[in-house]
Amino acid sequence: MTAFVLVNISLFAILGATALAITRMRALYEATMLTALFSLVTGSLFVLLDAVDVAFTEAAVGVGISTVLLLGVLSLTRSREAVTPRRRRLPAALVVLFAGGALGYAAQDLPPFGSATTPVRDHPVTETYLVQSQQDMGIPNTVTSVLASYRGLDTLGELVVVFTAGVTVLLLLGPLTRRNHPVKKDLVLADYRVLRVVSGVLMPFILLFALYVLFHGDYGAGGGFQAGVIFASGFVLYGLVFGLDRVQQVLPQAVLWVLIPLGLLLFMGLGVATVLLGGSFLDYDTLRPDDTAAGQRLGILLVETAIGLTVATVMTSVFFSFTGRGASR
Amino acid sequence: MTVIEVLSGVLLAAGAFFVVTGAVGLVRFPDFYTRIHAVGVTDSAGAGLILLGLLLRTTEWEVGLRLLIILLFMVITSPTAAHTLAQAARRDGVPVWRAGDTRR
Repeated sequence: MTAFVLVNISLFAILGATALAITRMRALYEATMLTALFSLVTGSLFVLLDAVDVAFTEAAVGVGISTVLLLGVLSLTRSREAVTPRRRRLPAALVVLFAGGALGYAAQDLPPFGSATTPVRDHPVTETYLVQSQQDMGIPNTVTSVLASYRGLDTLGELVVVFTAGVTVLLLLGPLTRRNHPVKKDLVLADYRVLRVVSGVLMPFILLFALYVLFHGDYGAGGGFQAGVIFASGFVLYGLVFGLDRVQQVLPQAVLWVLIPLGLLLFMGLGVATVLLGGSFLDYDTLRPDDTAAGQRLGILLVETAIGLTVATVMTSVFFSFTGRGASR
Repeated sequence: MTVIEVLSGVLLAAGAFFVVTGAVGLVRFPDFYTRIHAVGVTDSAGAGLILLGLLLRTTEWEVGLRLLIILLFMVITSPTAAHTLAQAARRDGVPVWRAGDTRR
């Protein structure tokens, strides 16, 4: 127990130090790398809290793809933070102090760490999810059951958010904006032979791992969101090393534009299909009326695939947009 | 206490030692290339020895297989990262530290 507390305290200390270092930093490349460290430490804390699914997402999104996207943004703009005049810092400081104070005040109402009588433990719905899901679906990972079936509508909302973000970036940076400058050949990392060979060797394993995460989400940590991000990071790695032209030969932009809405349409179409089969929206029991557990598992698999499809294609095309923009300046 | 447990403890302690030396090196070494070397030690010797030590403590073959895969990935990726960093720094013209120079 003491070792556990010690690890927790050290991780929190590293987290606080990282946050302070980020605020002190003017060079944005360094700050970006530190935000990746921040996400990694947060992910470790989630593992200590037994929230492995959340930790996995934090590691894949926070450390992996968002760092690469931020670096892509920085290559388009200035990479040093502008200095704010001292008197204009006062309102910001007041806002930060007020928000922090309010959060600290609210945190006093939280139950103590590891308490046995929290609402999360005592509320009857916890028991329902943990026990009932085994009869309803027979899937060991309750997180997946809750995410894809019990709260499927919420997950659909999350996917709509991802879709909207992707479409917005494409509208701002994508094919609909005008390009005045011819595409220049920038420095390609493929000139480094070791990097070229190693990333070529790793590429199939990354995609295989993404498939494993997608289809193993029923049994362990993982699922559509994580798998989508891992898929995207495979293509991002390929694009970073071999250049945008090569990766777009493998994965043309037109294919991405078809696949981005396809995942969302698959998710919504599944909901409509269950309505047409006589159930309510996203009620997978109707897919196999004779064996509802198998119907639930089928529905969860389809939903996870749809999530993976949209997340992977949105992340990849956001990366393409940023790097394509960088190459055309 | 069996032989395997002792061996695993030695491996874990050695791994932890290399992680600490890597951290010390990162702070104390004078320039970019030597610091990359320190980080490389953390990733390869430190993490590798810790993974080997954990491998001796596993009872299920599935866990062992996962540890082996992680080890394989560490062995492939971390030297590649160190190598690419060093080569990029050379291409960028980062000067190499010589004895007698000041810390950079």
